[in-house]
Amino acid sequence: MSTTTRPEAPATGPTSARVTTGRHPWWFWLAVVGGAVLVLATVRVITGANDIDSAGALAAAIALAMPIGLAGLGGLWSERAGVVNIGLQGMMVLGTWGGAFFGYHYGPWVGILGAILLGVAGGAVHALATVIVGVDHIVSGVALNLLGPGVASYLAVRTFSDLPGGGPTQSPPLEKLPALSIPGVGDALTSLERSHTWLVADLAGILRALTTNVNVLTIIAIVLLVGTWYILWRTPFGLRLRSCGEAPEAAETLGVDVVRYKFVAVLISGGMAGLAGGFLVLVASNLYREGQEGGRGFIGLAAMIFGNWRPGGLAGGAVLFGYTDAIQLRGSADVIRAFLLPVGIGLILWGAWQLWRRRQGKPVTGVVTVVMGVLAMVWFLLTSRVPDEFTGMTPYVATLLVLAFASQRLRMPAADGRVYRKGEAG
Amino acid sequence: MKRLDWRRAGLGLAAPVLAIVVAFVVTTAILLLAQDPVGAVWGQLLKVPLPRQIVSVVNAATVYYISAVAVAIGFRMNLFNIGVDGQYRVASFAAAVFAGQGWLPGWLNIAVALLVAMASGAIWAGIAGLLKVGRGVSEVIATIMLNAIATYLVSFLLGKTAVKVQGSNATNTKALPADSRVPGISVDGLLATPSQVYGLIVLAVVVGLAYWFVLEKTRFGFDLRATGRSETAAVASGVNVKRMVLTSMMLSGAVAGLVGMPLLFGQDYLYGDTVQSGLGFAGIAIALLGRNNPVGIAFAALLWGYLDQQSNGLQIAAGVSDRLVLVIQGVIVLSVVIAYELVRRAGIRMEQRRVARELAAGDGLAPATQGVPA
Repeated sequence: MSTTTRPEAPATGPTSARVTTGRHPWWFWLAVVGGAVLVLATVRVITGANDIDSAGALAAAIALAMPIGLAGLGGLWSERAGVVNIGLQGMMVLGTWGGAFFGYHYGPWVGILGAILLGVAGGAVHALATVIVGVDHIVSGVALNLLGPGVASYLAVRTFSDLPGGGPTQSPPLEKLPALSIPGVGDALTSLERSHTWLVADLAGILRALTTNVNVLTIIAIVLLVGTWYILWRTPFGLRLRSCGEAPEAAETLGVDVVRYKFVAVLISGGMAGLAGGFLVLVASNLYREGQEGGRGFIGLAAMIFGNWRPGGLAGGAVLFGYTDAIQLRGSADVIRAFLLPVGIGLILWGAWQLWRRRQGKPVTGVVTVVMGVLAMVWFLLTSRVPDEFTGMTPYVATLLVLAFASQRLRMPAADGRVYRKGEAG
Repeated sequence: MKRLDWRRAGLGLAAPVLAIVVAFVVTTAILLLAQDPVGAVWGQLLKVPLPRQIVSVVNAATVYYISAVAVAIGFRMNLFNIGVDGQYRVASFAAAVFAGQGWLPGWLNIAVALLVAMASGAIWAGIAGLLKVGRGVSEVIATIMLNAIATYLVSFLLGKTAVKVQGSNATNTKALPADSRVPGISVDGLLATPSQVYGLIVLAVVVGLAYWFVLEKTRFGFDLRATGRSETAAVASGVNVKRMVLTSMMLSGAVAGLVGMPLLFGQDYLYGDTVQSGLGFAGIAIALLGRNNPVGIAFAALLWGYLDQQSNGLQIAAGVSDRLVLVIQGVIVLSVVIAYELVRRAGIRMEQRRVARELAAGDGLAPATQGVPA
C-alpha cells in the first residue's frame, strides 16, 4: 500500500519491479555468491568459527537441503498450477514408508520409485479432493497431513514389525545408494582447507563439499530442480500449467484443459514430496523411523515461499535452511553466533538505507530493522553460543521475516488457492 | 416452507452420515488389502465401552471440544487458524509456570492462570493477526511457521524453568500446589466406575455456550459472520475488517489457550515434554465434521474421543496397530469435506430446479396477465 503513496513510486512501480525481479544478469548472481563467500571467509577469520564453511558442514548442509528442496519443488509444481498444497508433509511421510518398504525388498533404486509412488498416491487424493470435487485446498491439505502419517505408521507396523532388525516404528537398515566423487581432488583440497587461510580455505571447503562423496540421489534432486525450471518456464506445457495458476478462466478460453493440467501438477507435486521422504530414508538416515520427517514438509513449503515461488529462490531457501539444520546437528553453536555479526551489520545498514530512502514516509520499517540489527550485535557481543532451539527455529523465523518485510516483492500465482470449476469462463 | 426446511435438515445430516459410511467402507477396503482381520477390528471398534472407558471418552472429548471451538471461531470469519496447535502449547506452558508458583491461593490461582492462558494464546495468535492486517501475510502460512517456532520456544523456556527431579530424566515445570488442582466430578451415580470426569468440563460447556451466544446473539457475532460471508458487504455496512480480523484471530487464540487447561488442572498438574501434542489439528478435523455448530462439534468431539479410546484395544483384540484410528479419522475428515461439497452442490441444484419450476409456473401466469389489457 505504501508503494503507491511514495513520491518515487512511478519510477519503481509494481510493474517495473516485477519485470526486474528474477531478471538480473548472470554476473549479478555471481557477485552475490562471491560476496557471500567473502563475508563467510571474513566472519570465519574474525570469530574463529572454522566449522562455518568446512567441507563437513557444507556436505551435511547439501544433504539436508535436498529433502527440503524436493518438498519445496513439490509445493512449486502444485502452486504454480494454482493448487495450494500444505499436505506436502503428509505426502512426504507416505514417501518415507514407500522408500523404506520397496528399498528393503527390492534394493534402493526401486526404493526411490516406491517413495515417488506413495507420494503420487497422496497427491492423487489431494488432486481428487481439490481439483475434481472442489474442496478448499487448505482443508484437504490438513486432512492429508492427518491421513499420511496415519497410513504410514499403520503400514509400518504391518510390514516392519516381523523383519529382522525392524520394529513397529522402525525399518531394518537399508542398503545405501552409491556416492560419487571426482577422483584425485579430495586430498589436495583437504590440505588447503586445513590451512585455514582467508578465502583459500573457504573455497577449498566449498569445492570439496561439491566434488567428494556426493550421493546419487542428490544429483538426481539437482537435475529435478533444473528440469523443473526448464519444463515450467521454457516449454509450452509449462506455460499452460502456469497459466492455470495465474488465470484459469483465460487458460480455458485458450483451449487448455485446466482440470487435467491441475491434476497432473498435483500428482507431480506428490511425487516430489514423496521423493523428499525417500531421500530421508535412503540417504539421510538409511532406515525408516516414525517421525523422522520432523516437519520438513513445512520447511519445504517455507523455502518455496521464501524463494518467491521460483526454483532458484527455492534452491537458495532450501540450502539456507539445510545449512541451519546441519549446524544444529553438528552442535556447532558458535557458528550461529558468528552469523549474528554479519546479520547485525547487514540489518543496521539495510535499516539505515530504508530510513534514508523513505525519509518522507513512515520510518517504522527502517527503525524496526535497525533495532533488530543492534539487538543481534548485542547478542553477538554478550554470548559465546546461541541455544540449539534458536538455531532450530531459524528457518521459520526467517520465512516470517521475509513475509513481513518483503511481502511487496513476493508474488504468488494470482489464482493460487482458488477453487476452479470447469466452464466458469465467459 | 416447512417442507423445504425438512429437506435442508436432511441435506445437513446427509453429509456427516455419508462421510462416516464412506470412512467405514474405505477402512474396510484398506484392512482387506492389508489382509487384516476385518471382523475382529470392527468388533473391537464398535464394542460397547466399559464405564471407565466412557469417562475417558468424555474427558478426551472435553479437550477436543475446546480446540475445535477455537478453530471454528476462525472458520466463521473465513480465517484458517492452523495455529491452534502452537497457541495451546504456548498457553499451557505459560499457565503451568504461573500456577506452579502458587503466588495466589487456591481457586484464585486457577482463575488467574486461566486468564494467563487465554492472554498467551491470544498474543501468540495475535502475531499472525497483525501480520495479516499489517502486511497482508496469509494467516495459514504465518500460523504454520508460528507452530514450529512455538515448539522450539517452549522447549527452550522449559529447559530454563524446569525443576530437576532426582532420578528422573523428564523435564517439566513445577507441579501445581495441591489447593490449585481442580477435583474431578464423580459419576458413580450414573456409571459404576471410580473414574472421574475432568472438573474443567464446565469450562468446555461455558466455551460452547459463549461461542453460541456471541456469534448468534450479539452485534459483534453478526459482524463477524457477515465479514466471513462477504467482506465487501461487511465493509459497506460499516465493519472495520482489519480490526475484525485481528479481534477474531485473538479470540480464537484465547480459546485455543484454554485447550490444555483440563489436562493441566485435572490430570498432569504440570507442563512437561510428555504433554499431548497435535490437539490443534484434531480440532480442525472436529470443527469441519461438526460444521462449526456448537452442538455438532460436541458430537464430533465425542466421536473422536470414542475412536481414540476404542483403538487402544486393537492390538490385543485383533493384532492390528492402533494407528489404524489415525487412518479412520483422516478418511472421515476427507470424506466429510467432500460430502459437504457434493451435498452443497446438490442443494444448489435442487434450489435451482425449484426456482425454475416456480418461474415456469409464473411464466404461465405472465402471458395471461399481459393478455388481459391487450
